[in-house]
Amino acid sequence: MQNWPLYEVFIRSKNGLSHKHVGSLHAADADMAITNARDVYTRRKEGVSIWVVESKDIKASNPEDSEALFDPAEDKVYRHPTFYDLPDALEHM
Amino acid sequence: MKYVLQLADNAMILGQRLAEWCGHGPILEQDIAITNISLDLIGEARVLYQYAAEIEGGGKTEDDYPYKRDVRDWRNLLLVEQPNGHFGYTIVRQFMFDCYHYFHLKAMADSKDERLAVIAKKTIKEATYHLKYSSEWMIRLGDGTEESRSKMQEALDDRIRFFDEAFIPSKLENDESLKGIAVDCLSIRDAAWTKFTEVCNTATLTIPEVKFPQKGGKDGMHTEHLGFILAELQFLQKSYPNSNW
Repeated sequence: MQNWPLYEVFIRSKNGLSHKHVGSLHAADADMAITNARDVYTRRKEGVSIWVVESKDIKASNPEDSEALFDPAEDKVYRHPTFYDLPDALEHM
Repeated sequence: MKYVLQLADNAMILGQRLAEWCGHGPILEQDIAITNISLDLIGEARVLYQYAAEIEGGGKTEDDYPYKRDVRDWRNLLLVEQPNGHFGYTIVRQFMFDCYHYFHLKAMADSKDERLAVIAKKTIKEATYHLKYSSEWMIRLGDGTEESRSKMQEALDDRIRFFDEAFIPSKLENDESLKGIAVDCLSIRDAAWTKFTEVCNTATLTIPEVKFPQKGGKDGMHTEHLGFILAELQFLQKSYPNSNW
């Protein structure tokens, strides 16, 4: 049990929304990770779909690169699509 | 009403047993999984006790049955009152109960008693998950390491004698007045045993032969374990009768 791999859990809270990271857990394999995620993260009707992925398969950006990666976007508000009127039919934008 | 209590008592006692795992699960994820099942079962027990209270009338409430009856009045199967033992024992007990519970609810959905049919249709979704959960663990541990396999076999050898009680009709279940209302438990035996055998085979476990199935729970004749469960379950009510929030 000590060497069970860690899985990251993603839950879709309702149809139409995307899966969102909710946390992580240990499991012997992916099937068990789904069952565990069901019991740990959807007890209060939080979701309609579950994704799990082994944590080691996720490549994360390096915090040290933050300045180079993210700061340049700071003063470019014109990139936000807030200057348009959205039709009502478009939910969850 | 006694039949409703029999169903409720199974769910109540197994729910109580599983709750003992709370905070003691082998890992956090399983701790939650087992107590989830426990809560499902206690939830099932509640709706059944509520129904029993309505049938009996006279101001009875759902709490009267779990808290104010002594051992001989309980009608649960001997299987569910057996101790948790190690995780393998708990899984074997759960798996046996789920094999029975699932097919029992499936049949109960066709009961002439509408209320029981509705309860069955609602509860079977939970029972389907329980059966999947315990089957997976049977296979995982049975067909696992040498140690896990031997522990599962040990648990199976020991508990198998309690399996068949579920399918042996009691005097109550055979009663003419319950025809079409109570599930004919003999009729679900084949389906339950088929599932049971299939999973045990996949789990590479040997099903021991049972010469004398243990029974009596449905008639109120229990093993010594039930008294201890009730001592804990009913402590508050016995020490402080009719206490309230």
